[in-house]
Amino acid sequence: MASVENVSGNLQTGDQPVVKADPKWAIMGGVVSIVAWLALVPLVFLIYQSFRTPGTARKPAIWTLGNYLDAYSNSDTLVLFANSVEFAAGTAILALVVGTALAWMTERTNTPLKPLFYALSIIPLIIPGILFVVSWIFLASPKIGLINLALQNIFGTDKVYVDIYSMAGMIWVDGLHYAPIAFLLMTAAFRAMDPSLEESAMMSGASMWGIFRRITLKLAFPAVAASFLILFVRSIESFEVPALLGLPVGIQVFTSAIYDAIHSYPSNIGLAAAYAITLLVITMGGIYFQSRITAQGGKYSTVTGKGFRPRTIDLGRWKYLTAGIFVVYALMVVILPFLVLLWSSLQKFYSVPSMEALRNVSLAAYVTIINYPSVGTAVWNSFILSIGSATTVMVLTAIVCWIVLRTKIRGRFLLDQLASIPLVLPGLVMGLAIMVCYLTIGGGIYGTIWILFIAYVTRFLPYGMRYNTTSMVQLHKELEESAAMSGASWFTSFRRIVLPLLKPGLLAGWIYIVIVSVRELSSSILLYSPGTEVVSIVIWEMWQNGQYVELSAFGVMLIATLFVFVMTAQWIGKRFGVKET
Amino acid sequence: MLTVKGLNTEYPSQKGPPVKAAQDVTFEVPAGKFFTLLGPSGCGKTTTLRSIAGLERPVGGEIVVNGRTVYSSEKKIFIPPNQRNFGMVFQSYAIWPHMTVFANAAFPLEVRKTKMTKTEIREKVMRVLSAVALEQYADREATKLSGGQQQRLALARALVMEPELLLLDEPLSNLDAKLRDRMRFELKRIQRELGLTTIYVTHDQGEALALSHEIAVMNEGRIVQVGTPREIYEHPRTKFVADFIGTTNFIDGTVLGMDNASGRWNVRTPAGDMLVHAVQTLAPNMAVTVSIRPEDVEVFEEAAPAGSGLNLTSGMVDQKVFLGDFVDFQIKIGEFVLLSRAHPSMRTPIGDKIHVRMNPEKCVAIPDISSARSAA
Repeated sequence: MASVENVSGNLQTGDQPVVKADPKWAIMGGVVSIVAWLALVPLVFLIYQSFRTPGTARKPAIWTLGNYLDAYSNSDTLVLFANSVEFAAGTAILALVVGTALAWMTERTNTPLKPLFYALSIIPLIIPGILFVVSWIFLASPKIGLINLALQNIFGTDKVYVDIYSMAGMIWVDGLHYAPIAFLLMTAAFRAMDPSLEESAMMSGASMWGIFRRITLKLAFPAVAASFLILFVRSIESFEVPALLGLPVGIQVFTSAIYDAIHSYPSNIGLAAAYAITLLVITMGGIYFQSRITAQGGKYSTVTGKGFRPRTIDLGRWKYLTAGIFVVYALMVVILPFLVLLWSSLQKFYSVPSMEALRNVSLAAYVTIINYPSVGTAVWNSFILSIGSATTVMVLTAIVCWIVLRTKIRGRFLLDQLASIPLVLPGLVMGLAIMVCYLTIGGGIYGTIWILFIAYVTRFLPYGMRYNTTSMVQLHKELEESAAMSGASWFTSFRRIVLPLLKPGLLAGWIYIVIVSVRELSSSILLYSPGTEVVSIVIWEMWQNGQYVELSAFGVMLIATLFVFVMTAQWIGKRFGVKET
Repeated sequence: MLTVKGLNTEYPSQKGPPVKAAQDVTFEVPAGKFFTLLGPSGCGKTTTLRSIAGLERPVGGEIVVNGRTVYSSEKKIFIPPNQRNFGMVFQSYAIWPHMTVFANAAFPLEVRKTKMTKTEIREKVMRVLSAVALEQYADREATKLSGGQQQRLALARALVMEPELLLLDEPLSNLDAKLRDRMRFELKRIQRELGLTTIYVTHDQGEALALSHEIAVMNEGRIVQVGTPREIYEHPRTKFVADFIGTTNFIDGTVLGMDNASGRWNVRTPAGDMLVHAVQTLAPNMAVTVSIRPEDVEVFEEAAPAGSGLNLTSGMVDQKVFLGDFVDFQIKIGEFVLLSRAHPSMRTPIGDKIHVRMNPEKCVAIPDISSARSAA
């Protein structure tokens, strides 16, 4: 306690308030250690495991390079690599082309139905990836696909028009699934672009084509390149599409190969780890180049934070064409997938729509789901896990952000990097790393719900960082300083000033993490055990068991719940906006 | 009351050695005085204020308030800002948007160590809110206040804790011109009534002159001159001070010698020989710059009434600018152009002859640093 009396300066030599133990340091130290543990330790174990032989009761594990030799001496690996790159690049290009076209239409033209489009962009949040893939199987599989059946009906043939179980099919489904992300990224880029830059080119006498080629495209280049890399990384990490569409016909990519290596008998965790490390190197490279491009983009300084008046082009009669494109897109991404799920959920046995099937409409599947033994457990687990991990992540990252943005502690930028590491870890790799880590160190965590909790908190740390950084950057430093000048301690000012002011951002981030936790599949699939299933695992199991009707009913209920959640999020976080990032 | 001794601050830069902000800043403020740190942006004035507040940690020096050392590099003392009991008004006001007006002002009393009852807090807060004429807005959302009201609330919040020291960081810079003028009077009234020792930071010389008992002019991290507003304005010690505060004519010249009749130094300049006021000791042949304010350059259409020891000359009107409450003349004397600020009734046309009179008391000779060094 610093004395306030008017004593002469000498008396205070022994009184050093700085050295006094402050709860602030304890809290900060604790948070930093937790983040470091979560982000680094599993990674270390993953690397360690990739150099170990599988240990059995008879033969203990030893150091080896065999996993990498197996992985790279195998000619299949080359195919694997080629498949992965083809799939990821194809997906990224498809998503980027669709997303950019849509972004240009909404931002720079007078196309009707625009507001609908912003609403559509949050749909991928609501439809979990696995349900999207399943619904596209219903639509475009060679045997039961509605599109094939419809075309066969029209032309009176039995030719297979579209086959979703192919590389093209995989790219199509994943590309559509990621198009909304590309749309959001490119919308932001178009918005940040000052139209006066194009107008001054026009005043200089450039033609429309010249402006597009020499100004618009050049200015948009960093955004396009960065978006491509983000989408590439996202798709090379995708698990649902390769697992559901690729594996049945033997098209393997890294994620499905990792899954296969673990689930083959005997499971080859070392080989999976070697594949995982390769995948990690690819995603790290992607993220690295993306951040390089974004950083260089600074020199284009088209982002000024100023709201520009959007200059829209009058398309004339062509606007009906663009509106038509919108409608087709909405059909592909939302309406058809949802309708097909809804249809299938109302049947007793899966059958294609017909007058006869219509007479068999029943709610039996919903009743089954409600009484299904593992559904109750899974819903409860998902509920607890999503609430728990969202709360933990938001509080942890609020403190981390505060340290990074507000203190002058040396090396604070490392902390930011540390909390962002999980961003480069594909969900499956993260699951593998955590599995290896807690199997090795023991402690009884593996096999309990806690391992899922740890996985979710780790995976979603970067999201918490992003939401907190956005809102904390907007928080003027002087708001805290004036609390300090008013005599408030660090803890009081954090509790009474910082947290209340961050509330909208905290809430938006919290809801986002709740949603992504509910949808999480690729980490959970390696970490669940009987009794700790979550909803996405139940969907996965139903698919494996061929319970399509029950799966659809459960999917419809899940989508409805998430829809309510997202609407709440939109309503609460108007300023911060919950969006897929 | 406040003593700042040998204050040095620096902050790390991306590359290379740390950037020095305040360097060897030393000054003293007696109790109850209004002291201003004035200078261009980046001169170290805000850093100095924030070091006094405890929001920044200096690398060297000592800060003592009322006999209490709040910072000393030698004795390794650093009292954190929340234990210093200084009130501060920030440039952005830093009004907490999630609280009402009352809650904003009550915050310092609620968080202090010695607990107060609700009624005590209410009474104190209402008293200070009425002092800044905000009592009828007590229950309003703080963000619903206008700029001027937010500024008064920020002041109330700083005053409610009965601070030992009031620190003001450019509090008027976010207000529009009219409101700024009014708040200037308001601030002066409140400070004088409460007799609070106040440190004020600004880059606006008008504010500094209007409010302060004493001003310290800062440049490149150092204090260049400390004095009353009048001393600073009328007798700047360096070219920087003369140039930064108000508009001035600079006339380069050479010291001729002492004028025996008036006891003043005589300086040869392109605008003729003139008698000057010397702030520092001069010597013959020394290179000096004479600074004279445009309003001290008196102009006459007829030959100026002679007075003993006044500088008289004449020139030709080269340009003039009518600004409403005064008119600026550019007068050509030989090749030299002298700026004069005159009453708007002066209507001498361009090209006409005009007579000029300058009081030597107002012609301040500042030795050129380079020549002063070589003369030493």
